[in-house]
Amino acid sequence: MNKELKILAIIVILVGITYWGIEPYAHSKMHPHHEPATFKYEDLKALNLKGDPQRGAQAIQNNGCTGCHSIKAAGIPAPMDPVSASASYGVNPPDLSNIAAVVDKKFLANFIKHPVKAAKLEHKFGSSKPYPMPDFFGSDQDLADIVAYLESIAKPQDPRGAFKVACGRCHDLRYDGWTVIGQKPKFKNEIEKAEFELKKAKYEANLKNYLGTTPPDLSMYIRSRGPEYIRDFVEDPQKLLHGTAMPRVGLTEAATEEVIKHLEHVGDRKKEKRDHLGIWVLAYFVILSVLAYLWKEKIWREVH
Amino acid sequence: MAKDRRDFLGMVFGGFAGLGGLAALYAMKRTWDPLPSVMAAGFTTVDLSPMKPGELRTVTWRGKPIFILKKPPMDNCKTIPDEPKKRLVKVGDSDYLVMIGLCTHLGCIPTWEPDKKIFHCACHGGEYDACGVNTFGPPPRPMDIPPFKIEGTKLVLGEEGPEYKKLVGKA
Amino acid sequence: MAHFTKANSVYDWLDQRLALTKLWKVLAAEYWIPKNINFLWAMGVVLMTMFTILVISGIFLLMYYKPDTKLAFDSVNYTIMQEVWFGWLWRHMHAVAASVVFLVIYIHMFTGIYYASYKRGREMIWISGMLLFVTFSAEAFSGYMLPWGQMSYWAAQVITNLFGGIPFIGDELVIWIRGNFYVSDPTLTRFFMLHVFLLPIIIMMLIGFHFYTLRIPHVNNQDGEDIDFDAEAEKYKAGLKKESKVIPFWPVFLSKDFFVLSVFMIFYFYLVFYHYDFAMDPINFDPADPMKTPPHIYPEWYFLWSYEVLRGFFFDVGPLSAMDMGLIAFGIANIIFFFLPWFDKDPTVAPADRRGGFFFWFWLMVIDMIVLTIWGKLPPTGINAYIGYLAAVGFLALWAALPALTGGRKGLLWLVILVTALLYIFGYMEYTKALGNGFVITVTFLIFYLLFFLSPVMVKAKGGAQ
Repeated sequence: MNKELKILAIIVILVGITYWGIEPYAHSKMHPHHEPATFKYEDLKALNLKGDPQRGAQAIQNNGCTGCHSIKAAGIPAPMDPVSASASYGVNPPDLSNIAAVVDKKFLANFIKHPVKAAKLEHKFGSSKPYPMPDFFGSDQDLADIVAYLESIAKPQDPRGAFKVACGRCHDLRYDGWTVIGQKPKFKNEIEKAEFELKKAKYEANLKNYLGTTPPDLSMYIRSRGPEYIRDFVEDPQKLLHGTAMPRVGLTEAATEEVIKHLEHVGDRKKEKRDHLGIWVLAYFVILSVLAYLWKEKIWREVH
Repeated sequence: MAKDRRDFLGMVFGGFAGLGGLAALYAMKRTWDPLPSVMAAGFTTVDLSPMKPGELRTVTWRGKPIFILKKPPMDNCKTIPDEPKKRLVKVGDSDYLVMIGLCTHLGCIPTWEPDKKIFHCACHGGEYDACGVNTFGPPPRPMDIPPFKIEGTKLVLGEEGPEYKKLVGKA
Repeated sequence: MAHFTKANSVYDWLDQRLALTKLWKVLAAEYWIPKNINFLWAMGVVLMTMFTILVISGIFLLMYYKPDTKLAFDSVNYTIMQEVWFGWLWRHMHAVAASVVFLVIYIHMFTGIYYASYKRGREMIWISGMLLFVTFSAEAFSGYMLPWGQMSYWAAQVITNLFGGIPFIGDELVIWIRGNFYVSDPTLTRFFMLHVFLLPIIIMMLIGFHFYTLRIPHVNNQDGEDIDFDAEAEKYKAGLKKESKVIPFWPVFLSKDFFVLSVFMIFYFYLVFYHYDFAMDPINFDPADPMKTPPHIYPEWYFLWSYEVLRGFFFDVGPLSAMDMGLIAFGIANIIFFFLPWFDKDPTVAPADRRGGFFFWFWLMVIDMIVLTIWGKLPPTGINAYIGYLAAVGFLALWAALPALTGGRKGLLWLVILVTALLYIFGYMEYTKALGNGFVITVTFLIFYLLFFLSPVMVKAKGGAQ
């Protein structure tokens, strides 16, 4: 018995070293370490002014935001349908109703002021290739008012809602029926289906033209990237993938968690079941091992 | 005598059976061959006229990326003195670099790094200069040149034109 | 004509026609195994169980999998993983078993090497086992392609490309294997056929053959003792169970196997439920994209050692490019284990610790293969390239040294060590670019390969029964 334990120990050690070498060690060499996300957006300056939502509602009109953005919560419709908007701007400008529910307040103010800087897209946009959203030239008070207004109308988002607001205009999520132009409806006939596909194809072509690449479908990202990577990537895409076309979107920590929850639900919806069943299966084999040991001892007593 | 005769018949039988087996093997081998439609789909035509100098275009030919670089930055093609000139194709009034964008080591796609003027393969660290000549790492040879034919300002990949034959020394 | 009587039970009816009692005796109740064994002797039954798990889980995956490049990814990751009841369980079990089975194969294989269970009549056991290793490798490779993720695609691209290194027919051969100029739909469908039909059939036949090869030489034991199985079996049957050196397969041997197996299942299912990334690479959850190479491409862990032998040669040698050198070494690495019974010239059947220098050879080989495995995954940049070279040359050198070592030819052994040391030095000079494809290194490699191919022929086996 003693000898068998020794053999087992040798095997465990050798397998352990090999495992350590090809998994944690090799992966640490392939993916350099980076600091975990803090969601503090420390490179951006806070706006220390108290905003007034009422004045903000006015300011948002005066500064021309609604020329491109819809605010459905306030009954302001989109000036263009998504496909035409993407033809003009590259991507459909977001509806502003729930932006403040997912985007950090400080980031929002900074983004409105200098979108390219806040999004960290200086490598892609500049004077020769202007960003579709212009810088804000109003006063800081106006800015604070607008942010206060957006906060006042924003409704808390469930995981799916957070995904739609934060990611849904660039990324498909086909395992949830989501496309960049919205939830795939039930088609009444082939014509409806073809029209939808055509719209989607046009939108995607515009998006590709705008970004230089087609943003990936995120259905399996929870398995291919894992929650930690997604978390850190969303906070600052340039840090993990230098030169990527993805802008920093400035989500709050809470909103990022909601998005991850949604990705988990869509890409790994059996996880809970797996974790739960695993305990029972392991318990079963522990008991089976005890029984097998007792039976084996009984049989071998006769031959030893 | 009778025994020999039996053996002879046995051998004839065995040989003939073997022949049938060979025929069947041939049929099996042919079934594994690429289909005629697959073989025929091996031609891609590219119009080069809208390209800008220094611009890298990637087109797909037979599932492979083809790099087309108009007026490559020659100052970073100094690895082999005569090699760069040999690898250029004149279409219209410009020189082009046309090559299969696969690392000659194990077939990964190198990326063009315009600021360093090199092609870098992320798989095993191979590097190529601006003319696609290997300069570092495991790649055994410069990036391959696909067979092509020039028709005006158009490039037809998959057909061996006179310019291609001249380039690879077949003419 | 056999004599049939009126059966007095269903069992009797069957027994008269199928000789069940006799069959059971031959296969189990009177199939004799040495008593002097440890848990490593249970690996065969563990492997059989893993293969059964692979077949059963595979059957259920096959019900929903779609071998089409447009559908494959979603059929696995949506239909099977998220819709089919317990589909995720079958998929995880299948993927993890496919990986873990190789761990057990390697333990099984090195147990055989350690206890010298490959010689003096046991050569066919070894060869049939190696044939199983090769077919399992092909099965694993073809199966890895099916989910059609990024790693499926690029591993297939890289591995099929290797055949391009074969002189003259290489390029044509690659296209022939793929059924297209690149890995694509015809490639997927033909590898699907191989994975779910042809290779499993071959594996099943080989498993039968492997069992058959054990019948005449019998299973080895912990001391390599030559047991008279007939005499010991008589003792056992006469009731001298404690004195007999053998035990029957059923129930004594299997009762221990079942215990080892149950414990192993705890480990296996822990991996299935909670720790599967090593077997289901996250990158493979990205759909295959022929136009986008992942930043790192590596094979599954069990192929890493031979992959590193391929990559280890990073400089040209004479007329041979680095890639040719790697391909030659890779080709050798993949078949060399078949020839172990003929590279080992020592007829002694005993555990490695009682076989003199072989003990060191064994552990050097284990360490070298672990180094190859780990460095096979690390990016081959900087010093990693040279370490890979050390391990790859070391692997070949160990084989070149084996006949001299086991045949007691000290002079030859020192020659191999000297040539290897020279290759290490020249390799380092190549690494620091001090040498640059010199004539000396070409000649040294020539001598090295000459020794490699000649020494197993030159060295005569020491005395003892053949």
